[in-house]
Amino acid sequence: MAIRVRNITKSFGTFAALTDVSVDIPTGSLTALLGPSGGGKSTLLRIIAGLEQPDGGMVEIAGEDSTSLPPQSRNVGFVFQHYAAFKHLSVRRNIAFGLEIRKRPKAEIRTRVDELLQLVHLEQFADRLPAQLSGGQRQRMALARALAVEPAVMLLDEPFGALDAQVRRELRDWLRRLHDEVHVTTVFVTHDQEEAMDVADEIVVINGGRIEQVGTPDELYDRPANDFVMSFLGPVTRLGDRAVRPHDLEVLTFPEAGCVAATVVRVVRLGFEVRVDALAEGREVWVQLTRAQAEHLRLAPGDDVWLRPAREAASAGVGEAV
Amino acid sequence: MPRFAASRTATRTGRSSRLALRVVALGYLALLLVLPVWLVAWRTFAGGVAPVWHSLTSPSTIHAFKVTGIVALCTVVANTVFGVGTALLLVRHEFPGKRALNALIDLPLAVSPVVVGLALILIYGRFEPVGGWLADHGVQMIFALPGMVMATVFISLPLVVREVVPVLTEIGTDQEQAAWTLGAGRIQTFRRITLPAIRWALAYGVVLTLARALGEYGAVAVVSGRLVGKTQTVTLLVEQRFQNFDQSGAYAASFALAAIAVVTLVVINLLRPKESEI
Repeated sequence: MAIRVRNITKSFGTFAALTDVSVDIPTGSLTALLGPSGGGKSTLLRIIAGLEQPDGGMVEIAGEDSTSLPPQSRNVGFVFQHYAAFKHLSVRRNIAFGLEIRKRPKAEIRTRVDELLQLVHLEQFADRLPAQLSGGQRQRMALARALAVEPAVMLLDEPFGALDAQVRRELRDWLRRLHDEVHVTTVFVTHDQEEAMDVADEIVVINGGRIEQVGTPDELYDRPANDFVMSFLGPVTRLGDRAVRPHDLEVLTFPEAGCVAATVVRVVRLGFEVRVDALAEGREVWVQLTRAQAEHLRLAPGDDVWLRPAREAASAGVGEAV
Repeated sequence: MPRFAASRTATRTGRSSRLALRVVALGYLALLLVLPVWLVAWRTFAGGVAPVWHSLTSPSTIHAFKVTGIVALCTVVANTVFGVGTALLLVRHEFPGKRALNALIDLPLAVSPVVVGLALILIYGRFEPVGGWLADHGVQMIFALPGMVMATVFISLPLVVREVVPVLTEIGTDQEQAAWTLGAGRIQTFRRITLPAIRWALAYGVVLTLARALGEYGAVAVVSGRLVGKTQTVTLLVEQRFQNFDQSGAYAASFALAAIAVVTLVVINLLRPKESEI
């Protein structure tokens, strides 16, 4: 394990940010800490980095108990949401910072920085100041700066949070490819479930200072441990008492055993998908269909239909709870 | 067409009101600042350069400049160290009494320098407990340099702090924390990250402190005892010469003082990068 977190507790005043949190991050993985704002995921990341002191519990990095080590001795790379670029230093000097602190020979620093500039595609910007770069370029510089000291783990706190949607997407793909190239254990914090599912091998869902579930994106989506994970990772509707994904509902035009009778209220086409709103036993439910399915069923408001969850439908509580 | 004409009239009134504002602002500054300084220069050189040179190189003037220089230098060093330390404390740390300290820093701006001088005499005077104890151990505070430095330090206390605090608040802690995770210790982080980030604010604070220290009169007048050739600063010298009807001597020293202050301000403004380049 690259990181082992055991029974971490942290409060700010009367607010309990983390309560008895334990999690393992496997070596070489790309892990997302996913959850709503204020859920404690950034606090956990900062505790791992040593930027925040836990009230209780233990942090182990690369097999070493690091709980009482200062951030300087933990051998972690940290990337901040707002880049934390050293404004008075050129891109080259920013990336070289950690190596200069370690008093590496000048020639070695130069070679290493050149490699990293190439890795993050900033070769032609080496002598610029951070203020002359775009947000995406600044964040790539910050990544190179953190990678320069060859950390045991990379910790990224909402790394794409300050960027616009287009750049966000590009950087996401780029981070995925970078990780495949460099293989350093990476943990990143995000509140965007799509980002987490797109980039991470493993997702740790954190809410209200506790870990809700740990698993691969597929496991979390298909076998969520509870209603929270289910609704946080994708759209959810309710059929009777059961939470179900709207694309996991089957629509029949004839009654069959295990079906719930419903009346179509509205049919809306949203590009490639069709959304059907219906009333089942007096409660609203919505179904997501493909265009082909919808054309086959020829639904119109007022039609009687029968709904049932598909056999492989995701359902909260069926998967392994943590 | 009428619309075009209307917009042109609007521009014209806008332009003339802007012009009027400029004239008022510049005229105000001219009357208050430029004219007096210029008049001092004019009066100084009314009799040519030779008498000015003669007056500025007299032993008592040179000595007064020395005293002013020593006091100003000590003040700048003390207030730079104290100012940066206090600013870091106020911005980066939480502690009980922080608001009180924050308010206390501004006290020197509110209290009259003469009061400051008197207060110092009440503590460090020869016949007061603290001053007496110090005098028994061979340290004379009042009517000597240490007291003058203390008075000037007190008077210019807030200048560095108030320049540095907003910049420290603005840069936040991200850069410093990034430096820590890259292996830099507290002192390395301060020297390589924090100090460069606040350098221009600090330089400005230092210049303001220097200017204040060079020009301080009230507090120093009280604690120095005005001993000619011993504790007389340039401001005290100007006053003494003026009282003794040596107007040209007074103007020469005033001009030299003003020139030093103006030159430092100009130099720092030339060195300081434009806002867009920071």
